[in-house]
Amino acid sequence: MHFESGVGHIGGNLSCLDLLMVLHHRTMNENDQFILSKGHAAGALYITLWSLGKLTDEDLKLFHKENTKLSGHPAPNWHKEIIFATGSLGHGFSLASGLALAKKLKNEPGCVFCLTSDGEWQEGSNWEALIFCLHQKLNNLTLIVDANGLQGFGSTKEVAGLDNLTKRFESFGMSVEEIDGHDLNAIEKALTQNQKGPRAIIAHTIKGKGVSFMENKMEWHYLPLKEDLYRQAIQELDKS
Amino acid sequence: MRTIFCETLVKHSIDSDFVFLTGDLGYMALEPLQKAAGPRFINAGVSEQNMVSVAAGLASQGFSPWAYSIAPFIYARPLEQVRNDVCIHDLPVKLVGNGGGYGYGVMGATHHAIEDYGILLALLNMRVFVPAFSADIPPIVEKLLKLEHPSYLRLGRDEKPKKFELPSYSPWRNILRGEGPTVLVVGPLAGEILNNFNELSPHDRPSLWILSELPVTAQAIPIEFKTDLKRSNHLIVAEEHVAHGGVGEMLSRILLLAGEAPRKFSHHCAQGYVSGYYGSQSFHRKESGLTAEAILKELKK
Repeated sequence: MHFESGVGHIGGNLSCLDLLMVLHHRTMNENDQFILSKGHAAGALYITLWSLGKLTDEDLKLFHKENTKLSGHPAPNWHKEIIFATGSLGHGFSLASGLALAKKLKNEPGCVFCLTSDGEWQEGSNWEALIFCLHQKLNNLTLIVDANGLQGFGSTKEVAGLDNLTKRFESFGMSVEEIDGHDLNAIEKALTQNQKGPRAIIAHTIKGKGVSFMENKMEWHYLPLKEDLYRQAIQELDKS
Repeated sequence: MRTIFCETLVKHSIDSDFVFLTGDLGYMALEPLQKAAGPRFINAGVSEQNMVSVAAGLASQGFSPWAYSIAPFIYARPLEQVRNDVCIHDLPVKLVGNGGGYGYGVMGATHHAIEDYGILLALLNMRVFVPAFSADIPPIVEKLLKLEHPSYLRLGRDEKPKKFELPSYSPWRNILRGEGPTVLVVGPLAGEILNNFNELSPHDRPSLWILSELPVTAQAIPIEFKTDLKRSNHLIVAEEHVAHGGVGEMLSRILLLAGEAPRKFSHHCAQGYVSGYYGSQSFHRKESGLTAEAILKELKK
C-alpha cells in the first residue's frame, strides 16, 4: 500500500500494527471507541479496519491517491470508526478524554482507547490532557504509547530526553504498565485488565518491525519504499 | 453581559445535552451556573488547548458544549484545536470569549482580542456573534443552542444609553434613523456612538446600524440597509477589531462584487497600540478613532 502510493511513514506504521490488531480484534467491543493520535500511522489503521471488513480492497487501492478518502492522515466526517481526523500531534489524547467524559456524563458503557507516539509527548497539550483525565477520574480511558524510541529527526532520548515516560506519568498519578508491544498475548492481557482510573500502557516497539533493513532505523520514519527494497521486505514478511 | 449570559445559561443547564467548560475563569460571575449545572459545569483548568479538544469530543457524542475563557485565551491559544478538532468536523462547540476588543483595558495587550473574529472566520464552518447590548444575549443564546455548527460569542460590556428603548434583536438593526451617512457598528461600541448621535437632529446625524452576526453574507444584508446606503452613498464601518478580516473588509468586498459600492467609504477600526501606552478600553478606542467624536469629526471635513 505504501509502496504502491510512493509514500513514507511506514516505520511508525509497522511499530504499532500489532497493537492496533490486538486492540481491534481481541479487545474492543461495540461500545468502545478508538482515537489514533499518531495520525501518521493512518496506513496501519486502514489495514486494521480492512481486516475487520470495515474497508474494502478497493478502498485500500486508493490510499494516498487522488480522489481518495484514505488520505495520508485520517480524514474527517466519513467513517464511523474514524471519529476524529488527526495528524497534528498532541490532539488525540484530549479528544479521547472528551469521549470518555461523554460516556461518564451519559452513564454509558464502554471504554476509550487512544494511541499516541512517544515523540508526541513533547507536545504540551498532552500533559494538559493527562492532568485533566486524572482529575476527572476517567476510569474508562486507556492511553497506549507506541514507544519505538525514534522520531522524525533523532531518537526520543536525543531530541528531548524522553526515555523515562513511565516515571513521568507515574509522577502525575497515572497508573502505568510497560509491555512488549509486539507480544500479542502481553498486549491483550494489558488491555483487558480492570482499571481504577485512567491508565497508560507503554508498549515498547520497534520502528519498522518485521523488515530487517527498516528496524530501528530513524530514516524509515519518512522514506518511501523503492521496488527492490519492497520485494525484499515482502520476502522477509512472507518467511516470518 | 456576563451576568445575563450566566442567568440565561442557568435556564438551559437542565437540558440533557448541556455541558459548560471554563478555563478557570468566571470567579464572581459564573457561580450560579456552577451550582445549577453540577457535574456538567467543568473547570478544565488553565489548559485551553485540552479544554477545546475535550469540548470537541463531547460535541461528537451529542453534547452541546460551551467553552469559556477570556477572549484571547479561547481563540488564540487553542487555535489549532479550534481549527482541527472543532471546525474541520463542523461540531457545535460554542466558544465564549469575555472582553472582546480592548475590553480588558489596562490589563494589557495580551488580554485584548482585536483580531478574534477575523481569525476565527477564516476557519471552516465558523459563525460569530457579537452582542451590542446585554439584552441581545438571551436571543443569541437561543440561536446558539439551535446552531449545529461551531460558533464564537464575543462578550463585552453593555454601554446602552439609559433611557434608550432598543428595538428587538436581529442580526442587522437600524437603531437610529438619520439623514447623514450610513454608519454600521459592531459590538458594544454602538452604545457610546448611539448616545452621542442621539443628541443630534435627524437632519445632521448619521443613520446608525448595528451588526451582530458574522460572517457578513450578501444574502443576509437587509434590503433596508441597501436602500439606506443607496440614499447616503456614504458608508462608515466602526468596529473594535483590526482592519484585516474585519466587517469593513467583508462588507466592502460584497458591495464591490455586487456593483453596489458607495461613493465614500471609511473604516474606523482597531489600530493596535498607537502611542505605545496602555489604558482603559476608552483610552484605546480613542487612540484608534473608535469614538462618536472621531466619526463626527470626519464628517465635518
